[in-house]
Amino acid sequence: MRGVLALYQSTIGKKVVMAVTGLMLVGFILGHMAGNLKIYQGAEKYDAYAAGLRELGKPLLGHYQAIWLARLGLLAAVGLHIWSALSLTSASRKARGTGYKKFDDVSMSYASRTMRWGGVILLAFIVYHLLHLTVGTVHREFEYGAVYQNVVLAFQRWPVSVVYIVANLALAMHLYHGIWSMTQTLSLTNNTILRVRRPLAAGIALVVLAGNISIPLSVMLGVISL
Amino acid sequence: MNLTLHVWRQAGPNDKGRFEKYEARDISEHASFLEMLDILNEELVEKGQEPIAFEHDCREGICGSCGMVINGVPHSKQKAITSCQLHMRSFKDGDEIWIEPFRATAFPVLKDLVVDRSAFDRIIQKGGYVSVRTGNAVDANATPIPKTDADAAFDAATCIGCGACVAACPNASAMLFTSAKVSHLGLLPQGQPERYKRVEAMVAQMDQEGFGSCTNHGACQNACPKSISIEYIARMNRDLMKAKLLGSKDD
Ligand code: HEM
Ligand code: FES
Repeated sequence: MRGVLALYQSTIGKKVVMAVTGLMLVGFILGHMAGNLKIYQGAEKYDAYAAGLRELGKPLLGHYQAIWLARLGLLAAVGLHIWSALSLTSASRKARGTGYKKFDDVSMSYASRTMRWGGVILLAFIVYHLLHLTVGTVHREFEYGAVYQNVVLAFQRWPVSVVYIVANLALAMHLYHGIWSMTQTLSLTNNTILRVRRPLAAGIALVVLAGNISIPLSVMLGVISL
Repeated sequence: MNLTLHVWRQAGPNDKGRFEKYEARDISEHASFLEMLDILNEELVEKGQEPIAFEHDCREGICGSCGMVINGVPHSKQKAITSCQLHMRSFKDGDEIWIEPFRATAFPVLKDLVVDRSAFDRIIQKGGYVSVRTGNAVDANATPIPKTDADAAFDAATCIGCGACVAACPNASAMLFTSAKVSHLGLLPQGQPERYKRVEAMVAQMDQEGFGSCTNHGACQNACPKSISIEYIARMNRDLMKAKLLGSKDD
């Protein structure tokens, strides 16, 4: 633990924290997407899957216990990720000082240049998404436990679908640079990884994008309905 | 050829500074970029004006003195050269050229295009020295070194400390420089003593100088006149993690 704190003092340590928490979030995103694809199996299976998540860990853990543990873990990961991002961003702003009159940033990728604002968009989306499909406060026809119905009715309103699609485009960009960046920060750079890290980052980003946006698209196209 | 230059002029560290516009006339395409500035400076001196201050020494790309941002890119858009190796033939008649100093809080402007890069010297000093009695110079091949390691160490050692990496980085981070310096010793058997102590001390100094934090854009390796790869940054990250988390020691 002392080592972790000593490492966190340095800018590199804060990046390591971003990379490790980012990796946890990538794991969550993949699991979340895979789970949501069960919507294609119909209302019964999908609602049962959602109900099952709340009973995870039985009989060792009780109703909702496992899910709250996971939520705490995710909250900690997001919190540390953002805290480090803020601290590093403010240090970097100060480090440039007077900016350039002409600055040519074509050598950088669009994804790498938009990590900070992209992250802010994701945070805003996460807050909205939780209020929308978890808590239900911003969902007009929300019904606790009727997960399939909540999703379908939500995406039948096109502005809601657009918000989800845009947020997932932002997520795909963030993942594309983030996953690549993580191999660099955590020094996962043996020859094989060096060769596959670009396509791997692009692949994960695309899979997540395709899996997630397929759901609002399917609802709007009538492939999924009540 | 004739060119329009917009040059950053700043009388001293405390002056606010501003861009001045100059016309450079009848410049030969065989002139180097610095020679073009020399010609302009002679004209300024003749007119009784203050010449443009810029740093230079070897004028052949090995000393690392000549740093300036040319049209938004340190050492210009041309790959793998320093400003002194840039030739006027890469411009055409009538071009407009913006010339700015390297910008970083850790590199304060001294005058016009000259910045103070002693922050780099202090990072190197923190690397210290290997405290072993060296005795007489040993035979060159007394310690066998795998060819790949020797090559990788050499590539890192080609860093001339010009500061273009910091100037190009949107975060003004000195990770490429520091990692090149950490790696060229860390990759060699002779650099193993104090390897972990060195990375800890150099990274701490780098942070203390107020350089920004790397976000893996790769702008530094594109601007580097020696094309040093950001793989050295990953290597430095690994050494620092080993030192801090695993308590790797080497004394
Ligand atoms: C919600 C607010 C968020 C903010 C403000 C934010 C901001 C950032 C920033 C500024 C970086 C640094 C880029 C770099 O160093 O290359 C980053 C990296 C990263 N982000 Fe996020 N992010 C957020 C959410 C997420 C989410 C939801 C995920 C995962 C699904 C994620 C995954 C990653 C990963 C894997 C990295 C790479 C870490 C590294 O190695 O540097 N982020 N984020
Ligand atoms: S003057 Fe020596 S590198 Fe340019």
